[in-house]
Amino acid sequence: MTVLAAEGALRLDTNWVDYLLIGVYFAFVIGIGVLARRSVSSSIDFFLSGRSLPAWVTGLAFISANLGAVEIIGMSANGANYGIPTVHYFWVGAVPAMLFLGVVMMPFYYGSKVRSVPEFMRRRFGTGAHLVNALSFAIAQLLIAGINLYLLANIVEIILGWPLWVSLIVAAAIVLTYTSLGGLSAAIYNEVLQFFVIVAALLPLTLIGLHKVGWWGGLKEKVAASAGGAEQLSSWPGQALTGFDSPFWSVVGIVLGLGFVLSFGYWTTNFVEVQRAMASSSISAAQRAPIIGAFPKMFVPFIVIFPGMIAAVLVNEISEPKNNGGSPDYNNALLYLIRDLLPNGMLGVAIAGLLASFMAGMAANISAFNTVFSYDLWETYVVKDRPDGYYLAVGRAATVGATVIAIFTATFAASYSNIMNYLQTLFGFFNAPLFATFILGMFWKRMTATAGWTGLVAGTTAAILVGIASQDALGGLSQGWVGLSGQGASFVAAGAAFVVDIIVSVLVTLVTKPREESELRGLVYSLTPKMDFHDDNEGALAWYQKPNILAGVGVVIVVGLNIIFW
Amino acid sequence: MAEKMSGADAQAERTRKAGAFDIRNFIGMLIGIFGVVLLIASIFDSAADIAKADGVRVNLWAGAGMVVTAIVFFAWARLRPVVVPEDTP
Repeated sequence: MTVLAAEGALRLDTNWVDYLLIGVYFAFVIGIGVLARRSVSSSIDFFLSGRSLPAWVTGLAFISANLGAVEIIGMSANGANYGIPTVHYFWVGAVPAMLFLGVVMMPFYYGSKVRSVPEFMRRRFGTGAHLVNALSFAIAQLLIAGINLYLLANIVEIILGWPLWVSLIVAAAIVLTYTSLGGLSAAIYNEVLQFFVIVAALLPLTLIGLHKVGWWGGLKEKVAASAGGAEQLSSWPGQALTGFDSPFWSVVGIVLGLGFVLSFGYWTTNFVEVQRAMASSSISAAQRAPIIGAFPKMFVPFIVIFPGMIAAVLVNEISEPKNNGGSPDYNNALLYLIRDLLPNGMLGVAIAGLLASFMAGMAANISAFNTVFSYDLWETYVVKDRPDGYYLAVGRAATVGATVIAIFTATFAASYSNIMNYLQTLFGFFNAPLFATFILGMFWKRMTATAGWTGLVAGTTAAILVGIASQDALGGLSQGWVGLSGQGASFVAAGAAFVVDIIVSVLVTLVTKPREESELRGLVYSLTPKMDFHDDNEGALAWYQKPNILAGVGVVIVVGLNIIFW
Repeated sequence: MAEKMSGADAQAERTRKAGAFDIRNFIGMLIGIFGVVLLIASIFDSAADIAKADGVRVNLWAGAGMVVTAIVFFAWARLRPVVVPEDTP
């Protein structure tokens, strides 16, 4: 993703009130880090918040960790470009997987007392699968942290006029301060705070924008009259989004590719997200975290996609090229709308909200990285059996190291943004087959260790092959053998990874020796006594605290939203 | 969360920690300060500022909304305080 703007065109007219508001926000961010430090006395405190947080906190952190630069800028850009079909990234591509994680998979993660998702991989499948997973995850986090940092610095340069390197170092120093002081608690508490600041920034912006276009009726009329037409107002079949010619295959691509393979792979196995739920205070709170998070997630589109759509009809810099066959700067849609509508004061809140969102992403990547680095790589393979305090020190050092690497990655991204895009796609391919391996491993006790790592490697290879065969998924590497491009290509790549992973895992399992059943308690459904997944306080929970009932309510609402915006 | 402590010390420590480190108070404070600053700024809104936002007094309304949100968070933290279980390991 690149953010390009004519110098000065997007410079926001800030005054001291705006800077005051931004300053207050940063004082709170650091303050939380300092206060959270008091509660860090062991490595579990630092990496998993001592497993003590209430479900609404971990639930909000769960979605806030994902509400970074790519989400806010990228989804408002998609809104400006495609309109309503963008909601699929939320209602099809996130909510069902989050509910599934809470109901089905979280008991395994939390109940087995593992400290990270790769650690679950190691307990279930041994070293091979663990190394593939831990290494690809750790490297991808460094890369994404760098991209988040670059986007933040880039936006600060555009809207405030600070030189890139100044904001790189200031932002990195702030994130480093609070994550190395307070560990995951500081990151999570800040994510919850960030969530509300983001809402405080985007909700007024959306409302004023709607006021100006004449509310929903006026927006519908203007969007239908713009290039792209009335198709931008209904979510299905979403052909503009997938790039498929056939409406039927477009729906299949969205439901299976985005909704099933991509989103389940991301939400149910990505440790950045799962780590937040693991910090909960009980097994039912851990289950509730992604389910509670799913509710605000359903409504995020209204304050992210709508401003994008409004910008596409109100902002000349976007609407003119869009209607005249040009190539509008969709990534800046949100910034243009802020420039055009918000007076000083609210402008400061909006900038604080954007910075909050970008830092949330980066801090989430770094806090997940330091856990996997310390527990899964350092403690498992490099220096074993030291006292707990040693690994806490390793965690703090890893945080510093990750931040420094992120600064270099960001500098690299500044010069080679295309390469970064392709690298990100490439690491996505490591994610694609994970869900297949996890779900098979959790429900099929016979599945063997060899099947674990061979399935992952085969699945990732399949995804990369589809990427190479496509028109543009991997840039210069792509050969264009098949007519797939854009989102459609990544849906098909993810689908191929899933299918190949399942086939290879099953075949390899049939010819290799399964593990002792006694070693798999807590890791495989049929070998885990119900008691292990039972919450002692289950009886004391109100109906709205029961994960399954709450998830049922979530399903009803998300189906309703899909029908309303059909 | 907390290390094992004994008697009155532990009791005092717990109450202090739960009170000072309730994230709801933090959210309330930050959003509240935002709201108050916006309300003050809204007094000085120029005609151009108001015209920019399509005639809506954004700072006034957003500021008021944030102050109300802040009060809700404080009330929630006050009515349902964090209870640290006695048997915290």
